[in-house]
Amino acid sequence: MAFIRHNLVRIVNAISLLNTNFWRWFHQLASPPHVFALAGRVCPWFAGLAIIFLVAGTYGGLVLAPADYLQGDGFRIIYVHVPSAYLGMLAYMVMASSAAIGFIWRMKMAHGLAVSAAPLGAWFTVLALVTGGIWGKPMWGTYWQWADARLMSELMLLFLFLGYMVLRASFDDRDKADRISAILAVVGVINIPIIHYSVEWWSTLHQGPTIAKLDEPSITMDMLMPLLIMIIGFTAFFGWLLCKRLQGEILKRERQTRWVDGLIKGRTA
Amino acid sequence: MTARQNRMILIGLVVTGVTVSAFLALQAFEENLLFFFSPAQVAAGEAPTDRTFRLGGMVLEDSINREIGSLTLNFIVTDYTASIPVSYTGVLPDLFAENQGVVARGTLDNQGGFIAEEILAKHDENYMPPEVAEALALSEGSQTP
Repeated sequence: MAFIRHNLVRIVNAISLLNTNFWRWFHQLASPPHVFALAGRVCPWFAGLAIIFLVAGTYGGLVLAPADYLQGDGFRIIYVHVPSAYLGMLAYMVMASSAAIGFIWRMKMAHGLAVSAAPLGAWFTVLALVTGGIWGKPMWGTYWQWADARLMSELMLLFLFLGYMVLRASFDDRDKADRISAILAVVGVINIPIIHYSVEWWSTLHQGPTIAKLDEPSITMDMLMPLLIMIIGFTAFFGWLLCKRLQGEILKRERQTRWVDGLIKGRTA
Repeated sequence: MTARQNRMILIGLVVTGVTVSAFLALQAFEENLLFFFSPAQVAAGEAPTDRTFRLGGMVLEDSINREIGSLTLNFIVTDYTASIPVSYTGVLPDLFAENQGVVARGTLDNQGGFIAEEILAKHDENYMPPEVAEALALSEGSQTP
Protein backbone atom coordinates (compact mmCIF):
# COMPACT_ATOMS: atom_id res chain seq x y z
CA MET A 1 0.00 0.00 0.00
CA ALA A 2 2.71 2.43 1.01
CA PHE A 3 4.56 1.60 -2.18
CA ILE A 4 1.51 2.40 -4.32
CA ARG A 5 0.80 5.59 -2.41
CA HIS A 6 4.41 6.66 -2.76
CA ASN A 7 4.33 6.15 -6.52
CA LEU A 8 0.96 7.84 -6.86
CA VAL A 9 2.35 10.90 -5.11
CA ARG A 10 5.31 10.90 -7.46
CA ILE A 11 3.05 10.71 -10.53
CA VAL A 12 0.82 13.50 -9.25
CA ASN A 13 3.88 15.63 -8.53
CA ALA A 14 5.27 14.98 -11.99
CA ILE A 15 1.96 15.94 -13.61
CA SER A 16 1.66 19.13 -11.58
CA LEU A 17 5.25 20.01 -12.48
CA LEU A 18 4.45 19.42 -16.18
CA ASN A 19 1.35 21.55 -15.72
CA THR A 20 3.33 24.39 -14.15
CA ASN A 21 5.93 24.17 -16.89
CA PHE A 22 3.23 24.21 -19.55
CA TRP A 23 1.60 27.32 -18.16
CA ARG A 24 4.96 29.05 -17.71
CA TRP A 25 5.76 28.22 -21.34
CA PHE A 26 2.29 29.42 -22.40
CA HIS A 27 2.65 32.72 -20.53
CA GLN A 28 6.10 33.28 -21.98
CA LEU A 29 4.41 33.16 -25.40
CA ALA A 30 2.61 36.36 -24.40
CA SER A 31 5.92 38.20 -24.12
CA PRO A 32 6.87 39.90 -27.41
CA PRO A 33 10.68 39.85 -26.95
CA HIS A 34 10.49 36.15 -26.05
CA VAL A 35 8.39 35.27 -29.13
CA PHE A 36 10.57 37.46 -31.33
CA ALA A 37 13.70 35.62 -30.20
CA LEU A 38 11.97 32.21 -30.46
CA ALA A 39 10.88 32.91 -34.06
CA GLY A 40 14.42 34.02 -34.86
CA ARG A 41 15.81 30.76 -33.47
CA VAL A 42 13.48 28.33 -35.30
CA CYS A 43 13.54 30.26 -38.59
CA PRO A 44 16.87 28.88 -39.95
CA TRP A 45 15.74 25.31 -39.21
CA PHE A 46 12.60 25.77 -41.27
CA ALA A 47 14.64 27.47 -44.00
CA GLY A 48 17.15 24.61 -44.19
CA LEU A 49 14.44 21.94 -44.20
CA ALA A 50 12.47 23.83 -46.86
CA ILE A 51 15.42 24.20 -49.23
CA ILE A 52 16.53 20.56 -48.92
CA PHE A 53 13.04 19.08 -49.32
CA LEU A 54 11.88 21.43 -52.07
CA VAL A 55 15.00 20.75 -54.17
CA ALA A 56 14.77 16.97 -53.58
CA GLY A 57 11.01 16.92 -54.23
CA THR A 58 11.29 18.98 -57.42
CA TYR A 59 14.00 16.67 -58.77
CA GLY A 60 11.99 13.59 -57.74
CA GLY A 61 8.77 14.93 -59.22
CA LEU A 62 10.16 16.17 -62.52
CA VAL A 63 12.87 13.56 -63.18
CA LEU A 64 12.57 10.41 -61.08
CA ALA A 65 8.79 9.85 -61.05
CA PRO A 66 7.44 7.99 -64.10
CA ALA A 67 4.82 9.54 -66.39
CA ASP A 68 1.18 8.66 -65.66
CA TYR A 69 -0.50 5.95 -67.79
CA LEU A 70 -3.34 8.29 -68.77
CA GLN A 71 -2.20 11.86 -68.24
CA GLY A 72 1.44 11.48 -69.34
CA ASP A 73 3.70 14.21 -67.97
CA GLY A 74 0.74 16.48 -67.31
CA PHE A 75 0.13 14.79 -63.96
CA ARG A 76 3.35 16.31 -62.55
CA ILE A 77 1.49 19.50 -61.60
CA ILE A 78 0.24 17.41 -58.65
CA TYR A 79 3.63 18.10 -57.00
CA VAL A 80 2.66 21.77 -56.67
CA HIS A 81 -1.12 21.56 -56.63
CA VAL A 82 -1.63 19.14 -53.73
CA PRO A 83 0.96 20.72 -51.37
CA SER A 84 -0.39 24.23 -52.01
CA ALA A 85 -4.01 23.14 -51.49
CA TYR A 86 -2.99 21.42 -48.23
CA LEU A 87 -0.96 24.44 -47.09
CA GLY A 88 -3.89 26.77 -47.76
CA MET A 89 -5.99 24.73 -45.33
CA LEU A 90 -3.14 24.35 -42.79
CA ALA A 91 -2.56 28.13 -42.89
CA TYR A 92 -6.27 28.64 -42.25
CA MET A 93 -6.19 26.34 -39.23
CA VAL A 94 -3.09 28.12 -37.87
CA MET A 95 -4.80 31.48 -38.44
CA ALA A 96 -8.13 30.46 -36.89
CA SER A 97 -6.74 28.61 -33.85
CA SER A 98 -4.28 31.36 -32.96
CA ALA A 99 -7.00 33.98 -33.47
CA ALA A 100 -9.22 31.96 -31.07
CA ILE A 101 -6.40 31.73 -28.50
CA GLY A 102 -5.80 35.46 -28.91
CA PHE A 103 -9.49 36.14 -28.42
CA ILE A 104 -9.90 33.96 -25.34
CA TRP A 105 -6.64 34.78 -23.52
CA ARG A 106 -6.37 38.36 -24.86
CA MET A 107 -2.97 37.39 -26.21
CA LYS A 108 -1.59 39.93 -28.67
CA MET A 109 1.12 37.60 -29.94
CA ALA A 110 -1.48 34.99 -30.98
CA HIS A 111 -3.32 37.64 -33.01
CA GLY A 112 0.05 38.59 -34.48
CA LEU A 113 0.55 34.99 -35.62
CA ALA A 114 -2.94 34.91 -37.18
CA VAL A 115 -2.24 38.14 -39.06
CA SER A 116 1.06 36.69 -40.31
CA ALA A 117 -0.56 33.48 -41.56
CA ALA A 118 -3.42 35.12 -43.52
CA PRO A 119 -1.62 36.39 -46.67
CA LEU A 120 0.49 33.21 -46.84
CA GLY A 121 -2.65 31.09 -46.79
CA ALA A 122 -4.26 33.32 -49.42
CA TRP A 123 -1.29 32.89 -51.77
CA PHE A 124 -1.17 29.10 -51.31
CA THR A 125 -4.90 28.99 -52.10
CA VAL A 126 -4.38 31.11 -55.23
CA LEU A 127 -1.61 28.73 -56.26
CA ALA A 128 -3.90 25.71 -55.73
CA LEU A 129 -6.70 27.32 -57.77
CA VAL A 130 -4.39 28.38 -60.62
CA THR A 131 -2.52 25.06 -60.88
CA GLY A 132 -5.87 23.24 -60.74
CA GLY A 133 -7.18 25.30 -63.65
CA ILE A 134 -4.02 24.75 -65.70
CA TRP A 135 -4.38 20.99 -65.15
CA GLY A 136 -8.16 21.05 -65.68
CA LYS A 137 -8.07 22.57 -69.17
CA PRO A 138 -6.30 19.67 -70.91
CA MET A 139 -7.63 16.88 -68.62
CA TRP A 140 -11.25 17.84 -67.94
CA GLY A 141 -11.65 20.19 -70.89
CA THR A 142 -12.35 23.24 -68.72
CA TYR A 143 -10.42 25.67 -66.51
CA TRP A 144 -13.24 26.28 -64.09
CA GLN A 145 -16.75 25.03 -63.27
CA TRP A 146 -18.88 27.19 -60.99
CA ALA A 147 -21.17 24.31 -59.98
CA ASP A 148 -18.42 22.06 -58.63
CA ALA A 149 -18.51 21.86 -54.81
CA ARG A 150 -14.74 21.35 -54.40
CA LEU A 151 -13.87 24.28 -56.65
CA MET A 152 -16.41 26.55 -54.95
CA SER A 153 -15.39 25.66 -51.38
CA GLU A 154 -11.73 26.26 -52.28
CA LEU A 155 -12.67 29.67 -53.71
CA MET A 156 -14.55 30.36 -50.46
CA LEU A 157 -11.30 29.66 -48.58
CA LEU A 158 -9.58 32.39 -50.59
CA PHE A 159 -12.45 34.80 -49.84
CA LEU A 160 -12.22 33.98 -46.12
CA PHE A 161 -8.51 34.89 -46.09
CA LEU A 162 -9.19 38.07 -48.05
CA GLY A 163 -12.21 38.87 -45.87
CA TYR A 164 -10.09 38.50 -42.73
CA MET A 165 -7.48 40.89 -44.08
CA VAL A 166 -10.01 43.43 -45.39
CA LEU A 167 -11.98 43.35 -42.13
CA ARG A 168 -8.81 44.04 -40.14
CA ALA A 169 -7.83 46.87 -42.44
CA SER A 170 -11.18 48.59 -41.84
CA PHE A 171 -10.40 49.26 -38.14
CA ASP A 172 -8.04 51.95 -36.90
CA ASP A 173 -7.92 50.43 -33.43
CA ARG A 174 -5.77 47.31 -33.60
CA ASP A 175 -7.19 45.66 -30.48
CA LYS A 176 -10.68 45.98 -31.91
CA ALA A 177 -9.47 44.61 -35.26
CA ASP A 178 -7.88 41.67 -33.40
CA ARG A 179 -11.10 40.81 -31.56
CA ILE A 180 -13.57 41.18 -34.42
CA SER A 181 -11.46 39.52 -37.11
CA ALA A 182 -10.89 36.57 -34.75
CA ILE A 183 -14.63 35.83 -34.83
CA LEU A 184 -14.61 35.78 -38.63
CA ALA A 185 -11.58 33.46 -38.64
CA VAL A 186 -13.30 31.04 -36.23
CA VAL A 187 -16.60 31.08 -38.16
CA GLY A 188 -14.75 30.18 -41.37
CA VAL A 189 -13.31 26.98 -39.88
CA ILE A 190 -16.51 25.20 -40.98
CA ASN A 191 -15.26 25.52 -44.57
CA ILE A 192 -12.24 23.26 -43.93
CA PRO A 193 -14.18 19.95 -43.54
CA ILE A 194 -16.48 21.07 -46.36
CA ILE A 195 -13.48 21.42 -48.69
CA HIS A 196 -12.12 18.03 -47.67
CA TYR A 197 -15.39 16.06 -47.86
CA SER A 198 -16.98 17.96 -50.80
CA VAL A 199 -15.74 15.28 -53.20
CA GLU A 200 -17.30 12.52 -51.09
CA TRP A 201 -20.59 14.13 -50.06
CA TRP A 202 -21.60 15.37 -53.51
CA SER A 203 -20.96 14.39 -57.09
CA THR A 204 -18.15 16.65 -58.31
CA LEU A 205 -15.97 17.01 -61.37
CA HIS A 206 -12.96 17.02 -59.05
CA GLN A 207 -11.72 13.52 -58.24
CA GLY A 208 -11.84 11.95 -54.79
CA PRO A 209 -8.87 11.88 -52.40
CA THR A 210 -5.79 10.00 -53.60
CA ILE A 211 -3.76 10.00 -50.35
CA ALA A 212 -5.80 11.84 -47.66
CA LYS A 213 -7.94 8.80 -46.77
CA LEU A 214 -7.86 5.73 -44.55
CA ASP A 215 -7.38 3.31 -47.45
CA GLU A 216 -4.13 2.67 -49.19
CA PRO A 217 -3.07 5.61 -51.42
CA SER A 218 -4.31 5.29 -55.02
CA ILE A 219 -0.89 6.22 -56.38
CA THR A 220 2.21 4.09 -56.85
CA MET A 221 5.15 4.51 -54.47
CA ASP A 222 7.53 6.01 -57.06
CA MET A 223 5.00 8.79 -57.76
CA LEU A 224 3.97 9.21 -54.11
CA MET A 225 7.44 9.71 -52.56
CA PRO A 226 8.23 13.02 -54.32
CA LEU A 227 4.73 14.23 -53.38
CA LEU A 228 5.27 13.53 -49.67
CA ILE A 229 8.70 15.20 -49.86
CA MET A 230 7.12 18.25 -51.52
CA ILE A 231 4.42 18.41 -48.82
CA ILE A 232 7.12 18.47 -46.11
CA GLY A 233 9.07 21.05 -48.12
CA PHE A 234 6.01 23.30 -48.56
CA THR A 235 5.17 23.01 -44.85
CA ALA A 236 8.72 24.00 -43.85
CA PHE A 237 8.61 26.86 -46.38
CA PHE A 238 5.38 28.05 -44.76
CA GLY A 239 6.98 27.82 -41.29
CA TRP A 240 9.97 29.80 -42.54
CA LEU A 241 7.87 32.62 -44.01
CA LEU A 242 5.55 32.56 -40.99
CA CYS A 243 8.46 33.13 -38.57
CA LYS A 244 9.79 35.99 -40.67
CA ARG A 245 6.37 37.60 -40.97
CA LEU A 246 5.69 37.15 -37.25
CA GLN A 247 8.96 38.91 -36.41
CA GLY A 248 7.96 41.77 -38.70
CA GLU A 249 4.50 41.93 -37.15
CA ILE A 250 5.99 42.03 -33.62
CA LEU A 251 8.35 44.86 -34.55
CA LYS A 252 5.43 46.79 -36.05
CA ARG A 253 3.30 46.32 -32.94
CA GLU A 254 6.12 47.02 -30.50
CA ARG A 255 7.90 49.77 -32.41
CA GLN A 256 7.52 52.29 -29.56
CA THR A 257 8.86 50.02 -26.83
CA ARG A 258 12.25 50.14 -25.18
CA TRP A 259 13.28 46.57 -26.10
CA VAL A 260 12.82 47.22 -29.84
CA ASP A 261 14.73 50.46 -29.44
CA GLY A 262 17.52 48.54 -27.71
CA LEU A 263 17.44 45.87 -30.42
CA ILE A 264 17.93 48.45 -33.17
CA LYS A 265 20.66 50.32 -31.27
CA GLY A 266 22.42 47.08 -30.50
CA ARG A 267 22.45 46.22 -34.21
CA THR A 268 23.64 49.62 -35.43
CA ALA A 269 26.33 49.96 -32.76
CA MET B 1 -17.55 33.12 -14.13
CA THR B 2 -14.47 34.96 -15.31
CA ALA B 3 -14.38 37.07 -18.48
CA ARG B 4 -12.01 34.54 -20.01
CA GLN B 5 -14.43 31.67 -19.46
CA ASN B 6 -17.16 33.80 -21.01
CA ARG B 7 -15.05 34.31 -24.11
CA MET B 8 -14.27 30.58 -24.23
CA ILE B 9 -17.99 29.77 -24.15
CA LEU B 10 -18.68 32.45 -26.77
CA ILE B 11 -16.16 30.85 -29.15
CA GLY B 12 -17.66 27.42 -28.42
CA LEU B 13 -21.17 28.69 -29.17
CA VAL B 14 -20.04 30.39 -32.39
CA VAL B 15 -18.44 27.16 -33.63
CA THR B 16 -21.50 25.07 -32.68
CA GLY B 17 -23.95 27.56 -34.20
CA VAL B 18 -22.04 27.82 -37.45
CA THR B 19 -21.72 24.02 -37.70
CA VAL B 20 -25.45 23.49 -37.17
CA SER B 21 -26.48 26.21 -39.61
CA ALA B 22 -24.00 25.02 -42.23
CA PHE B 23 -25.33 21.48 -41.86
CA LEU B 24 -28.94 22.65 -42.31
CA ALA B 25 -28.06 24.89 -45.27
CA LEU B 26 -26.14 22.13 -47.02
CA GLN B 27 -29.01 19.69 -46.42
CA ALA B 28 -31.48 22.18 -47.92
CA PHE B 29 -29.35 22.80 -51.00
CA GLU B 30 -28.34 19.16 -51.41
CA GLU B 31 -29.61 18.88 -54.98
CA ASN B 32 -28.00 22.13 -56.12
CA LEU B 33 -24.64 20.97 -54.83
CA LEU B 34 -24.56 17.94 -57.09
CA PHE B 35 -22.40 18.60 -60.09
CA PHE B 36 -24.11 15.89 -62.14
CA PHE B 37 -26.92 13.31 -62.11
CA SER B 38 -26.14 9.62 -62.53
CA PRO B 39 -27.85 7.54 -65.26
CA ALA B 40 -29.78 5.74 -62.49
CA GLN B 41 -31.14 9.07 -61.20
CA VAL B 42 -32.10 10.08 -64.75
CA ALA B 43 -33.82 6.73 -65.33
CA ALA B 44 -35.73 7.18 -62.05
CA GLY B 45 -36.98 10.55 -63.31
CA GLU B 46 -35.06 12.62 -60.74
CA ALA B 47 -33.34 14.77 -63.36
CA PRO B 48 -35.12 17.85 -64.79
CA THR B 49 -36.76 17.32 -68.19
CA ASP B 50 -37.38 20.98 -69.04
CA ARG B 51 -33.93 22.45 -68.57
CA THR B 52 -30.22 21.81 -68.96
CA PHE B 53 -28.43 19.57 -66.44
CA ARG B 54 -25.27 17.48 -66.27
CA LEU B 55 -25.15 13.73 -66.69
CA GLY B 56 -22.15 11.91 -65.26
CA GLY B 57 -20.93 8.32 -65.44
CA MET B 58 -18.63 6.01 -67.34
CA VAL B 59 -18.37 5.73 -71.12
CA LEU B 60 -19.54 2.17 -71.86
CA GLU B 61 -17.03 -0.08 -73.62
CA ASP B 62 -17.48 -0.40 -77.41
CA SER B 63 -20.28 2.17 -77.35
CA ILE B 64 -18.52 5.10 -79.09
CA ASN B 65 -19.92 5.58 -82.57
CA ARG B 66 -18.62 8.40 -84.78
CA GLU B 67 -20.66 9.69 -87.72
CA ILE B 68 -18.44 9.75 -90.78
CA GLY B 69 -17.74 13.22 -92.17
CA SER B 70 -18.85 15.19 -89.10
CA LEU B 71 -17.81 15.91 -85.52
CA THR B 72 -20.92 14.16 -84.23
CA LEU B 73 -20.57 11.07 -82.11
CA ASN B 74 -22.88 8.84 -80.10
CA PHE B 75 -21.95 6.88 -77.02
CA ILE B 76 -23.54 5.40 -73.92
CA VAL B 77 -23.04 6.74 -70.40
CA THR B 78 -23.54 4.14 -67.69
CA ASP B 79 -23.24 3.75 -63.92
CA TYR B 80 -23.65 -0.05 -64.36
CA THR B 81 -27.25 0.27 -63.05
CA ALA B 82 -28.76 2.29 -65.87
CA SER B 83 -27.49 3.52 -69.26
CA ILE B 84 -28.30 6.65 -71.25
CA PRO B 85 -27.40 7.14 -74.94
CA VAL B 86 -25.67 10.49 -75.53
CA SER B 87 -25.18 12.40 -78.76
CA TYR B 88 -22.64 15.21 -79.09
CA THR B 89 -21.14 17.40 -81.80
CA GLY B 90 -17.87 19.12 -81.05
CA VAL B 91 -14.34 18.80 -79.75
CA LEU B 92 -13.59 16.26 -77.00
CA PRO B 93 -11.14 16.55 -74.09
CA ASP B 94 -8.01 14.36 -74.28
CA LEU B 95 -9.07 12.01 -71.50
CA PHE B 96 -12.38 11.13 -73.15
CA ALA B 97 -12.29 7.36 -73.77
CA GLU B 98 -14.14 4.11 -73.18
CA ASN B 99 -14.28 3.02 -69.52
CA GLN B 100 -13.39 6.54 -68.40
CA GLY B 101 -15.49 8.98 -66.42
CA VAL B 102 -17.39 11.64 -68.33
CA VAL B 103 -19.67 14.58 -67.47
CA ALA B 104 -21.99 15.81 -70.23
CA ARG B 105 -24.05 19.03 -70.02
CA GLY B 106 -27.22 19.11 -72.07
CA THR B 107 -30.90 18.17 -72.19
CA LEU B 108 -32.99 15.02 -72.49
CA ASP B 109 -34.76 14.39 -75.80
CA ASN B 110 -38.17 12.74 -76.12
CA GLN B 111 -36.80 9.24 -76.64
CA GLY B 112 -34.86 9.00 -73.36
CA GLY B 113 -31.60 10.04 -74.99
CA PHE B 114 -29.35 12.92 -73.99
CA ILE B 115 -28.22 15.72 -76.31
CA ALA B 116 -24.93 17.10 -74.98
CA GLU B 117 -23.72 20.67 -75.54
CA GLU B 118 -20.48 20.20 -73.64
CA ILE B 119 -18.40 17.15 -72.72
CA LEU B 120 -15.93 17.11 -69.83
CA ALA B 121 -13.71 14.18 -68.92
CA LYS B 122 -13.76 13.16 -65.27
CA HIS B 123 -10.44 11.88 -64.03
CA ASP B 124 -10.43 9.39 -61.14
CA GLU B 125 -8.07 9.41 -58.15
CA ASN B 126 -5.73 6.73 -59.54
CA TYR B 127 -2.19 7.59 -60.53
CA MET B 128 0.21 4.97 -61.90
CA PRO B 129 2.92 4.48 -64.51
CA PRO B 130 1.94 2.73 -67.81
CA GLU B 131 3.65 -0.57 -66.82
CA VAL B 132 1.51 -0.86 -63.68
CA ALA B 133 -1.64 -0.05 -65.67
CA GLU B 134 -0.76 -2.81 -68.18
CA ALA B 135 -0.03 -5.32 -65.44
CA LEU B 136 -3.36 -4.46 -63.77
CA ALA B 137 -5.24 -4.87 -67.05
CA LEU B 138 -3.50 -8.24 -67.64
CA SER B 139 -4.33 -9.61 -64.19
CA GLU B 140 -7.94 -8.46 -64.51
CA GLY B 141 -8.15 -10.10 -67.93
CA SER B 142 -6.87 -13.44 -66.57
CA GLN B 143 -9.37 -13.39 -63.71
CA THR B 144 -12.35 -13.13 -66.08
CA PRO B 145 -12.12 -16.12 -68.47
